[in-house]
Amino acid sequence: MTTETTRESHPARDTADEPRPIPLTRSCPFAPPAELTALREREPLSRIANPDGTTGWLVTDHALARKVLGDPRFSARQELMSSPLTARRAEPAMPGGFLFMDPPQHTRYRKLLTGQFTVRRMRRLEARVEEVTERQLSLLRAQGKGADLVEHFALPVPSLMICELLGVPYEDHEFFQSRAVAIFRLVQDPEESGAAYAALRTYLLDLVRRRRGEPADDILSDLVTGSDLTDDELIGMALLLLLAGHETTANMLAMATFALLSHPGQLTLLREDPSLIGGAVEELLRYLSIMHVGLPRAALEDVELADRVIAQGDTVTVSVAAANHDPRKFGPADGLDITRSATGHVAFGHGIHQCLGQQLARIEMRIGINGLLREFPGLRLDVPVCEVPVRSDMGVFGVHRLPVTW
Amino acid sequence: MKIIADAGRCIGAGQCVMAADSVFDQSPATGEVMLLAARVPADEVDAVLEAVSTCPTGALSTAED
Repeated sequence: MTTETTRESHPARDTADEPRPIPLTRSCPFAPPAELTALREREPLSRIANPDGTTGWLVTDHALARKVLGDPRFSARQELMSSPLTARRAEPAMPGGFLFMDPPQHTRYRKLLTGQFTVRRMRRLEARVEEVTERQLSLLRAQGKGADLVEHFALPVPSLMICELLGVPYEDHEFFQSRAVAIFRLVQDPEESGAAYAALRTYLLDLVRRRRGEPADDILSDLVTGSDLTDDELIGMALLLLLAGHETTANMLAMATFALLSHPGQLTLLREDPSLIGGAVEELLRYLSIMHVGLPRAALEDVELADRVIAQGDTVTVSVAAANHDPRKFGPADGLDITRSATGHVAFGHGIHQCLGQQLARIEMRIGINGLLREFPGLRLDVPVCEVPVRSDMGVFGVHRLPVTW
Repeated sequence: MKIIADAGRCIGAGQCVMAADSVFDQSPATGEVMLLAARVPADEVDAVLEAVSTCPTGALSTAED
């Protein structure tokens, strides 16, 4: 391991202006760290100490978060950034990896995909999501009481759907799910994540070649036949969709269930009126904010923000969790309230990189959560709340397992 | 009130269609915003303003007549 977090090496002087490591420890698994709330009140744009020795910035309020994420003077190129977690600087994005690119490269790739993820197109998928959900709920039931909701429900539903859309055989899911774990570790082991990337690229290259010879009705085939993308670019885009489609919604489904089971009043409200699900999903996205480290950006020039000057080259990390709990935007925002209007949350990001798959994620969550509550009226946790293993070691927050009974 | 949509800035997130699907649609080919109405219907004012405020790239705006 060449990476490490060096938070202990900073003297703990109690001055507001002394840069400190980014606060990450959640005291309650559902809410952002209390330190973030304190920072937002005191200094919504504050300085943080990065492990590479540079001083970065942390944004904790909602309006500033939207400003930074929507401003083209802040770059998403990871090779320009200091990480708030490791001293290692990231490699430039691989071809097709448009999440870590700026326009015009980003625009070129994203525009090839946006037509595939429109609201209407996703609404047409609802029947299929229902089918997949029903089947997984039966498989969950067949496991018997004490089953792991992550393994038998929260992970397979989004995994099956993205595989089907993209054109990746689901039989191979164990292969890429285990590789994804290495890639999504909060502080990656470069050797382990490098090997995982290499294995996935080899796998996807084979798939791309097969689709070139024999196109099917899926996104990968459309890209192969309808664009001039190289094999490397196709692999990069497929990898992004595959990984993003797996980790995010799976963790939201599991965390949303965990949160509802831990808030019986909210659970009862939703059980009694399933039509609340649309608002409930938005509130769960806001409340849980599973991108718990936040979204980093690099200043391409000096930028004046909140009466400070962010120097060219500085890294700004936007805390999605802190922004989504900003009472100036959402009112008393710390509790889960599925009847609140959570519109405008930044759980899917903001600006040109806002989540491409957000409409699919919403449909999977609406159908998934309502299906689960309908089919398992007596659903409850099978272990005490504090024994649920939370994913504080992963870039996407969630639970490793969620043992449930009914 | 008129609605102004800048398809060049649109990234196809679909927030506007979620807010007001009688006013906004997306091109099936590119996902870019398409207006189904040039003016804001009287009963959709709040929904259109929500679409303007949640658009991730500021591609939408309104103007008084």
